Amino acid sequence: MNLKTLVWRELAERPSAMLTSTLTILLGVTALVAIRHVTVFSEREVGQQLQSLGANVLVLPKDATLQDYYSADLTERTLPESHVASILLENLPGVERLSPKLCVSAKVANRDVTLTGILPQSEFQAKAAWQSVSLFSNKHEGCKKAACGPKTYDAAPETLASERTIDQLKGNEAVIGADVAEFSGLKPGQSVEMLGEKLQVLAVLPRTGTVDDSRVFAHLHTVQRLTNAGEVVNAIEVMGCCEDAAGGLVPKLAELLPDAKVVTISQVVSTQVGINRLMSQMSLFVLGILVIVGGASVASTISSNVRERRREVGTLMALGATPSLVTRMFLLKAWALGIVGAVGGSVLGLIVAMVLGSQWAGVTVKPLPELIALSIGAALVITTLAALWPARSAAKLDPCCCFQEV
Amino acid sequence: MYHLQDITKVYRRRQEEVVAFKAASLDIGLGEYVAVVGPSGSGKTTLLSMLGGMLSPDSGKVWFGGESLYDLPINERTRRRREQIGFVFQTFNLVPYLTALENVQVPLFLHGVSKTEQRNRAVALLEQVGLGNRIEHKPSELSTGQQQRVALARTLANNPRLILADEPTGNLDPTSREAVLSLFDHFVSEGRTIVMVTHDPGAAARASRRLCLNDGTLVTSNEIPAARAA
Ligand SMILES: Nc1ncnc2c1ncn2[C@@H]1O[C@H](COP(=O)(O)OP(=O)(O)OP(=O)(O)O)[C@@H](O)[C@H]1O
Ligand SMILES: [Mg+2]
Repeated sequence: MNLKTLVWRELAERPSAMLTSTLTILLGVTALVAIRHVTVFSEREVGQQLQSLGANVLVLPKDATLQDYYSADLTERTLPESHVASILLENLPGVERLSPKLCVSAKVANRDVTLTGILPQSEFQAKAAWQSVSLFSNKHEGCKKAACGPKTYDAAPETLASERTIDQLKGNEAVIGADVAEFSGLKPGQSVEMLGEKLQVLAVLPRTGTVDDSRVFAHLHTVQRLTNAGEVVNAIEVMGCCEDAAGGLVPKLAELLPDAKVVTISQVVSTQVGINRLMSQMSLFVLGILVIVGGASVASTISSNVRERRREVGTLMALGATPSLVTRMFLLKAWALGIVGAVGGSVLGLIVAMVLGSQWAGVTVKPLPELIALSIGAALVITTLAALWPARSAAKLDPCCCFQEV
Repeated sequence: MYHLQDITKVYRRRQEEVVAFKAASLDIGLGEYVAVVGPSGSGKTTLLSMLGGMLSPDSGKVWFGGESLYDLPINERTRRRREQIGFVFQTFNLVPYLTALENVQVPLFLHGVSKTEQRNRAVALLEQVGLGNRIEHKPSELSTGQQQRVALARTLANNPRLILADEPTGNLDPTSREAVLSLFDHFVSEGRTIVMVTHDPGAAARASRRLCLNDGTLVTSNEIPAARAA
């Protein structure tokens, strides 16, 4: 017999008495852990998108949502490929490169992947020469970035991961993301069957931590042919040569392509940034709820337990329990429910975040130990503070009540 | 053992004042077997609580073994109670969610006895009161008389010098009552002290001294020499 067994026996006898406040703490911690996890990973994702897409402008079908593009960019909606030529011909200042894309789902080694058709930059050069346009020579005023100058089209295919364009890609070639390479075991030089056609793996991209890791890139026209999609694309990424240029490009592109939606990447992520900010505030709100509702619930549970156990407390004191032992006994009860609530809530919150994170925010959530520890710590601090007053009042109970008959 | 000096205990409820107990002087010696009798509401339980260090008087001092009980810090007072005093309650006050064994272990645990020692001593005590085969039963699974015997085992756990009992036989059948009273006789025969509140004239007759309370005051305090032999 010790204090723990004493408390444990009582809780085991009637766990329902503590159920409500345990549930309150559990739900509070669940919400907190889930929201914080999704927020943290969503913020990381936005950070990565911003970093990888920098000064880009997106041309999307009018009714496509921005979220579609970033979650899986598999949409039914398309743009005519001729828009690429329109932009080229317009020779807008500040445009550095164009990258039209068409995405379809496909399977590699029985796993779902996104097959993304892209147009290698070398073909723009050919097209430009053929149409006698000086390709992107029209530099944006005030743009200091050196990369905007004339280019040779011989960069290694791996630059696709960082530059978002590829210089050379033949119709029967494919470049695969790191995840695809991992689960399929494919290496450069081997061939992979995509939608009934064998493509030769040109390169494996370095890991980026984005959806690109589970993509297979192939030539745009190959993808169009294999899917019978016609001369269409899902999106055209326009690489501006600097951030300033991107802003100025949007109205000009919108005017040029009235049937398309033109957005900058910062606009795209601004929705997500807004959602993240909202979720951040929400997690503060949940923390507030946890403090107020959880705290009140623990306080009322413990004080009603003190009232209920008055005679036992009196008896224990008659048997020689010190007031501080009585206080500790009730604090221990509070901790028991706090720990069950906090640990259960963390597990549940993590599951919720991992399941719903990919559905709601399109992010992959992994456990963040510090965050979980912090939530459990917060819940325990709240339960302790809430239980302190009733637990101390128990120690001040009149032990004479043990003589009263029941 | 006890010396009470100018004790008053007054309960104030709204306008009313109830003098629950009042005594100019009262001594209880080592080895005495005291029966406290009197009508309901006469302050018997109040007196017992003050003797037990659980209810501080409004004025006066309770000397216990040469120390003023209510001038001791609360933890010291609790220690005196834990080490020297055993309580017996009319309604037994067993902890309902603990087994008989665990109930007897509680005072041992409060006294800081090790786990194995707790168990050994509790088992021995329960065997002593004839409940060796009921140690894993909860109070609700025991008869009233058996519950009182578990409570007695618990009272004796820390080997007290003094028993304070509030109507220990009030709820018992004749056999259990006799078991309790003979245990008390034995306790006193070892030179230890008992203060027992009782409505039971037969029980009171076995004590060596009778304190009569009425309306919070000590009416008589007389030896019963004849009862000693009985
Ligand atoms: N906590 C309290 N608050 C107010 N009055 C009290 C309290 N406890 C006892 N009293 C009053 O003090 C007086 C003495 O009470 P006490 O419990 O000592 O009587 P008793 O002799 O033990 O009675 P009984 O034989 O019925 O148990 C009673 O009048 C009672 O109403
Ligand atoms: Mg009484």
